[in-house]
Amino acid sequence: MKTVLEGRVWTLGRDVDTDQIISGKYLTILDPEELKKHVFEIALPEFAAKARPGDILVADENFGSGSSREHAPQAMRAIGVGAVVADSFARIFFRNAINLGIPTIEAPGVRALFSTGDTARVDLGAGRITNVTSGRSIAFPPLPGHLLDLLEAGGLVEKVRRELEAARAAAASRGARG
Amino acid sequence: MSPSSGHGRTLAEKILARTSGVEELVPGQIVEGSVDLAMMHEQGAQTVAPFHQMGAEKVWDPDRVVVALDHWVPASTEGAAGLHRILRKFAAETNLSHFYDVGHHGICHQILAEDGWVVPGDLAVGTDSHTNMLGAMGAFATGIGPTEMAAVLALGRLWLKVPASISIQVKGSFGPGVTAKDLILRILGEVKTTGATYRAVEFSGPTIERLSMPERFTICNMTTEMGAKAGMVAPDTATFDYLAPIAKHAMHPLRADPDAQYERTISIDVDAMPPMVACPYSPDNVRPLTDVVREHVRIDQAFLGSCTNARIEDLREGAAIMKGQKVAKGVRFIVSPASTKIYDQCLKEGIIQVFTDAGAVFTNSSCSACFGGNMGILDREEVCASSSNRNFPGRMGAKEARIYLMSPAAVVASAIEGEIADPRALA
Repeated sequence: MKTVLEGRVWTLGRDVDTDQIISGKYLTILDPEELKKHVFEIALPEFAAKARPGDILVADENFGSGSSREHAPQAMRAIGVGAVVADSFARIFFRNAINLGIPTIEAPGVRALFSTGDTARVDLGAGRITNVTSGRSIAFPPLPGHLLDLLEAGGLVEKVRRELEAARAAAASRGARG
Repeated sequence: MSPSSGHGRTLAEKILARTSGVEELVPGQIVEGSVDLAMMHEQGAQTVAPFHQMGAEKVWDPDRVVVALDHWVPASTEGAAGLHRILRKFAAETNLSHFYDVGHHGICHQILAEDGWVVPGDLAVGTDSHTNMLGAMGAFATGIGPTEMAAVLALGRLWLKVPASISIQVKGSFGPGVTAKDLILRILGEVKTTGATYRAVEFSGPTIERLSMPERFTICNMTTEMGAKAGMVAPDTATFDYLAPIAKHAMHPLRADPDAQYERTISIDVDAMPPMVACPYSPDNVRPLTDVVREHVRIDQAFLGSCTNARIEDLREGAAIMKGQKVAKGVRFIVSPASTKIYDQCLKEGIIQVFTDAGAVFTNSSCSACFGGNMGILDREEVCASSSNRNFPGRMGAKEARIYLMSPAAVVASAIEGEIADPRALA
């Protein structure tokens, strides 16, 4: 995983809940490639057509509030969002996005630093976000080691896969010795 | 008391200590908790692929897993039928026998409550944000996403950051026409949608002690709208009486220490509290009902349903107001019980007849109009009076549609008047 990410910024307001990211009518869609056509249909209608891989979302407070639907971060991952940065997150969205391997950074005050179209540089290790366009930057508390490990593995699926594989290997070697 | 840390512990801290085996823990610490109960609804269909990608061969404990279909019951689209099929196949392959399929269905949280799946001291997780409701059992119950659920099914545990706790102490008695829903709306108006983010909310005080279990379900349910990780009431006689005949596994009743450390304490006196309404477009945009009534807000739809307020007590209360009255011309009134058991009880008590005589639609149990993906969908100019929990833009359909959240009694009064109305005026 790259620890310094750079991308074009899309800004969002406060309280962008999961209904505004992926509406209830799309919840029976399982294919992320299909879901991504509808991402931010309510909050940022032009995003789905114009987003490029590596783009960075910068939101105000309480991003991703509302339901537990993982369709929201799944659609973002499918479209190639490089990182999601917000003044604050709702808790289930935060977990879901990290579990899917999307760098998800809480940085109080960050929204005021950016306009749509700016370039952002996010340094995960140092804990700093810079608006490359304006030169202004802001520090954030780096993610705890537990979560950096999860991102490093590429998400929860890969982390658990390695864990189960290690457990099976240990059991097999105990069996071989016995 | 935990002597070495120098202060008492909250209910959330005690449950997480029990489930993680880490006796000394502080807010912010990350612990691994063993799960007592895992619940999936249709979103569980998305756990199947990650479960296999993880290389998991079996579910850690099939007797601790409940699958409940509720959002699209019976399947209303091909997509929903696909989710149901995936879940049935997965359940058969992994021996998940506690499967509430069409005909035995209900809203997942109500199923967990009425069949005793969550008991005091439990760590419960579900693929729905309103899993917080089960905190009313004196449990730590929280929502997670489907990839995380796949890990829980494989391992039986998950990481949790120990939350700081907020204490909400309530005293006083509800006046006529005032309910637990009005209390939680009143609290949301003060705490706001971000006021309890990542926090555990613990309700206590004489008013809470007098609340029935269904009323406790309502208040814990909407701690989700404050951003809370869990909302809970310490177990007492009401909890034990409710669970005694139905509890599915052993209880570990825990209470906060008298000197527990809370990040914030909120005191509320409900003696003079009026009925409340959450206006568009946020559950924290709360005003006294009488102020909104004065504005003569015409409605197109009324909805008495959802995991927040569609239990038998809510429907009895609604039917008592509805009896002998008619739904106003031009209003569609949808009533959806929270479970099939509640539906059957309504049938026995003549409640269905009261609503259908009045011109309401009494549907089978499901999440129904609450989430804008199945039925009762609103068009752009439309307004709905609802007993559900969210009124964000686009929640029930078009993003311009306006949803007002209120008690079941106020929903029925509004259906009768054709505009947002005060149930006390009809008493």
